[in-house]
Formats: sequence, C-alpha cells, structure tokens
Amino acid sequence: MLSTVPVFIFVALFVFFLLRITPGDPAIMIAGDQASSAQIETIREQLGLNRPLLDQLLAWAGQLLRGDLGRSVFSDIPVTRLIGQRLEPTAMLALVAIVLAIAIALPLGTLAAVRAGGVADRIVMAFAVLGFSSPVFVIAFLLVYLFALTLGWFPTQGYVPLSQGVLACLHSLILPGVALALLYASLLARVTRASLLEVLSEDYIRTANAKGLTPARITIRHALSNAAVPIVTVIGIGMAALLGGVVVTETVFNIPGLGRLATDAIQRRDYPVVQGLILVFSSVYVVINLLVDLSYVLFDPRVRY
Amino acid sequence: MKRSLGMIVAAALAVAAVPASAQTTLKVRPFGDLKTIDPMTTSDYMVRNHGYMIYDTLFAQDDKGAIKPQMVQSFTTTPDGLTWTFVLRDNLKFHDGAAVTAADVVASLKRWGQLDGLGQQLTAHTAALEAVDARTVKLTLKDRWGLVLEALGKPSSMVPFIMPERIAKTPTNEAIKDPIGSGPFMMKRDEWSPGSKVVYVKAPTYLPRQEPPSGLAGGKVANVDRVEWTIIPDQQTALNALQAGEIDIFEEVPPDMMPLLKGNAKVGVTRFAALQAVLRFNQAIPPFNNAKLRQAILHLVDQEQMVRAYVDDPAFYTNCPSFYMCDSPYFTDAGWPKPDVARAKQLVKESGYDGSPIALLDATESILHSQTLLVAQAMRDIGLKVDHQAMDWPTLSTRRASKNPVAQGGWSAFMSGPAAPDMYEPVGHLALRSNCEKAWFGWPCDEAIEKLRADFTMIPDLEGRKANARAVQLRAIETVPYVPAGQLYLVRGYRKDLTGLLSAGVPVYWSVGRGK
Repeated sequence: MLSTVPVFIFVALFVFFLLRITPGDPAIMIAGDQASSAQIETIREQLGLNRPLLDQLLAWAGQLLRGDLGRSVFSDIPVTRLIGQRLEPTAMLALVAIVLAIAIALPLGTLAAVRAGGVADRIVMAFAVLGFSSPVFVIAFLLVYLFALTLGWFPTQGYVPLSQGVLACLHSLILPGVALALLYASLLARVTRASLLEVLSEDYIRTANAKGLTPARITIRHALSNAAVPIVTVIGIGMAALLGGVVVTETVFNIPGLGRLATDAIQRRDYPVVQGLILVFSSVYVVINLLVDLSYVLFDPRVRY
Repeated sequence: MKRSLGMIVAAALAVAAVPASAQTTLKVRPFGDLKTIDPMTTSDYMVRNHGYMIYDTLFAQDDKGAIKPQMVQSFTTTPDGLTWTFVLRDNLKFHDGAAVTAADVVASLKRWGQLDGLGQQLTAHTAALEAVDARTVKLTLKDRWGLVLEALGKPSSMVPFIMPERIAKTPTNEAIKDPIGSGPFMMKRDEWSPGSKVVYVKAPTYLPRQEPPSGLAGGKVANVDRVEWTIIPDQQTALNALQAGEIDIFEEVPPDMMPLLKGNAKVGVTRFAALQAVLRFNQAIPPFNNAKLRQAILHLVDQEQMVRAYVDDPAFYTNCPSFYMCDSPYFTDAGWPKPDVARAKQLVKESGYDGSPIALLDATESILHSQTLLVAQAMRDIGLKVDHQAMDWPTLSTRRASKNPVAQGGWSAFMSGPAAPDMYEPVGHLALRSNCEKAWFGWPCDEAIEKLRADFTMIPDLEGRKANARAVQLRAIETVPYVPAGQLYLVRGYRKDLTGLLSAGVPVYWSVGRGK
C-alpha cells in the first residue's frame, strides 16, 4: 500500500501543473462574455489565482493533508459533496454494465471455447468484433431510437436515484447499461475464450475426461476456475475504467455521473474539482487493482502474498 | 413472445418509476448551466436567467420596450429631474418571510452600482441614495441624468435585482452565497447539483402585480409548483427527451434539428430571444488598428449570406442594417453601406494592408461557428491572409484578453452573439462602447462616440435620443468598432400542452402552466 503514495503525489503534482498551463482560467468563465479585463482581474484576485504557483500548490497540499479537497470555485460547494452527488449514478451504471457484461460474456466465451472452430465460435467472435468496434454512442442512439422513442419502453435519458426505488433506478439504467455492456462483453468474451482454450488443452482436463466427468462439470469446475485469473483482471480493469467516468455514455443518456462532472470541470477550468476528481479516480484504480491482485489467491492457490 | 416479455418487464419497471407526487413540475433544458448564483458578479446569461427566477426588480421592460414599475407602486420626480422618490408595493416579502424594505433596495442598488457599467454611471451621477421610511427610497442626482428608469429597469446583464440588505452588503469582491430573493420562485439550494440540475419551487410569499405579463413586466404568476432546469449537454439527447415528453421545454434548439420535430404533433417551436451576430476586431494591434481595413470588412460582410449560414428560414433571422437591434426604438439604417466586394477590395488597398496574418479565433461549439468560417473565406477572397484558429470557448475567452501581437498569441478578430437587450441603445450597447481600455475586448477608442454616448444620458426626450443614436451610428460606420453580421432568433422547442409561454427576450418561467 505504501508504494501507492508516490503515485498519488506524482498524479497530484502532474494535474496541478497541467491545469495551470492549459489556456483559460476560472475567472474568465465566471466573469462572463461581457466582462472587462479589469473585472476578470478582480475575480482572479478574489480566487487567489494571481498568487505565485508555489503558494497555490502549498495551499492545496495543506488542504489535502487535512483531508479537504476544497470547494468548487463556481458553486462554492465542497468538492467532496459534488463527487458524492455524482458517485451513485456512475457506480450504479458501472455495476449494471459489468453485471450485464459478465452475464453475456462468460456463457458466450465459454461456448466459443468449447465449440472452438465451429459455427457457434464464429458467431460469438463475430459478435465480439462487432461489439468492440461499434462506437458506444452509435449503439446508444440505436437503442434509444428503438426502445425509447419507437416502443416507449424506457426513458430516453436521465437517472432515477436509488432513493426513489430500486426498480425505477434500474429502469433508467437498462439502456445505458446495455450500450456500455456490449463493449465490455465483447472484450470479456474474447478473453474468456482465449483463457479457456489454453486451459482446455492442459493434461488435467484430459485426465478429467478420462475419468468420465461430464463436459459441463469439466468446463465449469475445472476449466473456468483455472482460467479465472485473466478474466478477473479484465473485469477489474473494466470496473475501474467505468468508475473513472464513462463520459460518452453519461452524456448521451444524460446521467449525472463522475464523467460528466469531470468534463464540465475541465471545460470551466474549475481547478479544485478537476484536481479532486483525478485523485479520486487514481484512488479507485489503485484500490480495484489491489482487490484484483488479492482475488488471485481465491482462484490460484499457488499465488501467495 | 419475446417482445411481449420485454414489454412486460419494461412496463413493470416503468410503473415503478412513476413518481407519486401530484405537484405540477415544469422541466426545462436550459441552454447552459448555472455556474454561480451571484447575478452581480458576472454577465453570464444563465446567472441572469437564474436571477429572474428568484429576484424581482424595481422596474422592468415590457414587450414594447417601455419601462414599467414592478416592485414599485408609485414614483415621482421633481420638475428639475434631480430628485426621484420610489414607493414600494405593500406586503412585498423575501422568501425567508422578511419584509422587503427600502433599506434592502438601497443596499442592492449600491452593490449593483459598483459592479455594473450602467450602474456605475448612475452612481457617478448620484448625490444621495437613501431610505426615507420602510417603503420609500429617495434618489438625489448631481445633475439631470436621463437614464434613471432605464438603468433601474435594465433587462439584461447585469440586472439590478433586489436582495436582502444583509446579502447585498457582501463585499463586491466576494460572491453572495445565499439565494434569497423576493421573486416568483425560490431556489432549492439543497437540490442544486451543478452540471446536472437546478430546482426552483413556487414562492408562497410572492405577491404578483395585477397586470397581465408583458415582456419582463406585469404579473409574474407562478403557475407550476416546481421548475426543474435539467442540464442536458448533448443536443440530440435533449431533442429525444422533448419528443418523448421527458422535458417540457428545450431552450435553443439548433436550427438544423428543427426539421426533426416537424412530424411530432405534440411539440412546437417558436423563437423566444434574439441576438446580434458580432464580428469583433482587435484594435490594439495591427492590422485592425487601421480604420480603413475595418471599413473594408463592413463592406464585405453580406448579412443575408451570414444569417443563412445559421438557418435557412426567414422566420428565424433578420437582416438588420444597423448597430442597433431592428426592434429597438433607436434602430436606424442611416449611412449603412450595402455589401460591396469591389469597394471592400478598394478599401483594403487604401488601408495599405501589408499581408500580415489575421488571427481569426473560432469557438467551434458556438452557434456562430459556420459564420466564422464564412467570414474567413470572404476575407481570403479579397486578399487578406487569414489564420483561422479553431478552439473551444474557454480558450477563446482567454486569448481575446491578450493584447500581444499575433505572433505572440494575440488575436485579430472573433465572433460572438450578445443578447438583444445588450444591443438596444448607445449607452448600454456592449460593442459600440469606444472608451479604450474600459471597452469590451478589442478596445475601440473614439472620443466622438464617447461624447455622444455621454450626451445620450442627458437628453430627456425620445426624439432627441433617436437623433443621438443616429449620430452614434454614423460615426461608428467610420470607426467600425465591430461588424454586425445579422440578427438571429433563438429557437425554443416546447410541448404543446403548455400555456402562457412568454417571449420576453430572456427565458422566464412565470405564467407558464399546463393546459387542462
């Protein structure tokens, strides 16, 4: 865990300086189109943006050490609250997408491996290539056109929070979840197939066959569990990427998640929000990678930490 | 069978998704996002619109451009025009239940008077602004300044909204934090999620005027319990939501999307606000510090061609050969040159243009992007060396503040679209101001225009002011602080079961309700 500290420090410094060299600053965005240079300078002073960079960096570092990510320079709302408001939609979308992706990809990937070279394998792999190469926004708009605008089964956009009911929440997430899941399902199906193919050629599978075990038992009990390490790794990376904000899906379906928050904050040059978000995103990556590493113990007894 | 199963699942989830509440909610997709809540520290139009939701004003502009009393019950002025007395309507209350008093008005106007351009002029001409009693405000001028009512009824950024004294006393270098007003709606700050949603509820304390609504004046009756501004960044998503009835109003439907709505009987489109397309020059550096070259561009720009780059439907644009909006009482086409490419080329020659690059900044997400491309090509066609630079609006906003030479990150021209109320008359006009460093980006500098603008404020009668506005235009045709590239109308998409929609120049949501 201690080895992650330099990662955080590097990320924090990198983001801090990258934002400062990007053209534009929050004072200009706050002041509006008609503001004079003098008005912009007044706001810049008010926000402390005219102070030396080192002073600004030290002030931010001091806040961080106190566990304070600061406040949005626009809304004056604490960054932690802004992130908190957006965490649920992104987490729920990620969960729905990952569950759907696993539900689609594991059976299909397994089928393709077991029937390697056959018609089923070719169909599954064609699906995987199509799913992986279709842009999410294209799939999203097709889903909206068919299931929301034409059939009227689902809303075209928006997110219903969990506090208004689990079913209502799921209803708002089905279309974005499917749009996103297809991408990950394609990747996961290919990884599942490749891992299983490798395992299915191992000696112990031949032994299991010789012992007269059923093909289903061999595949599920012996092959899948031994092929799990790369599959779990891909699921973990996918989960981390989703929690890091899925900007396109959140934009097309108007889901007020972390991806949208990040995009808005970058466009406005809302420094505290961008800095806070990047730190949160890197924490998510570190934690999920750690969990993935730890999970290897469950699937492979040879792994020791 | 599969389709039936899908329908059943979707229906079950949909039933679960229906909110139990019976209150009437108006769902609006505004054109932007609310970034901050202090309407005095920014000219941002979304903050202005937020201000109209929660605050009220002493005076307001009606749909004919006349200034009408709003919070004021009566007012008088002495024959010399130096002393103005305003009496507030009885029983005006802020959202926290406190009475609106003359002290609140004085504090609000003093803060606005330090921050707004027109407010600063009023302050400069003011000898005293005081509360006589709880409902009476007295304004004593140093001289007969003629724009008192126009200033107090200023319709666009920055609007002299009235807020509680304790809030209005916030130093001008700090933003207010408490959105308490006395307007028809109250902001639900706890439900504000920047970038996602802004919620307003009907203010039970609000006492509307008895007159019917007209422009920004008249009775501001809230006909819905709740207004939700749903921030939808993607325009196609917003269009889908409008068609599906998930939102009631889509502000600023892009013109190229209007045909997609034509087949939907439940959705209508209407124009709701106007803007002037402005091609602004940087006069601080070459080559547009040369008046002849600016005159060349004035002769070059063909408004008909420019406006049709925005929309090919005359209902949504107007050729307006003037620096003022066509519906302004000060509109004049005096001296306006017809588009003439040959004359433009001649003026380029007379300017002695040396072929130095013209950095034309283009915010590609702006509705004026296509017009900027047209301008770039038209300039090239008359022999100008145009360096068309595509960027986002925040970058353009930073670049345009620079007075550096083009080679060092400076700029020569950009396009913007100020709202109609900011382009009505010489004094409040954003782009005609020619007071050098204090002027809008581009910093035009002309003593004659500034003298005329100062004179305008001292002229008591409309005819005299019209003559002044005409003189300003004639002079501006020589100095060319900018080139108007046509008048465009912003389009509102709406569900047809709505009633009471207003086209006030500013998107406002009092009077709007649902048909029975």
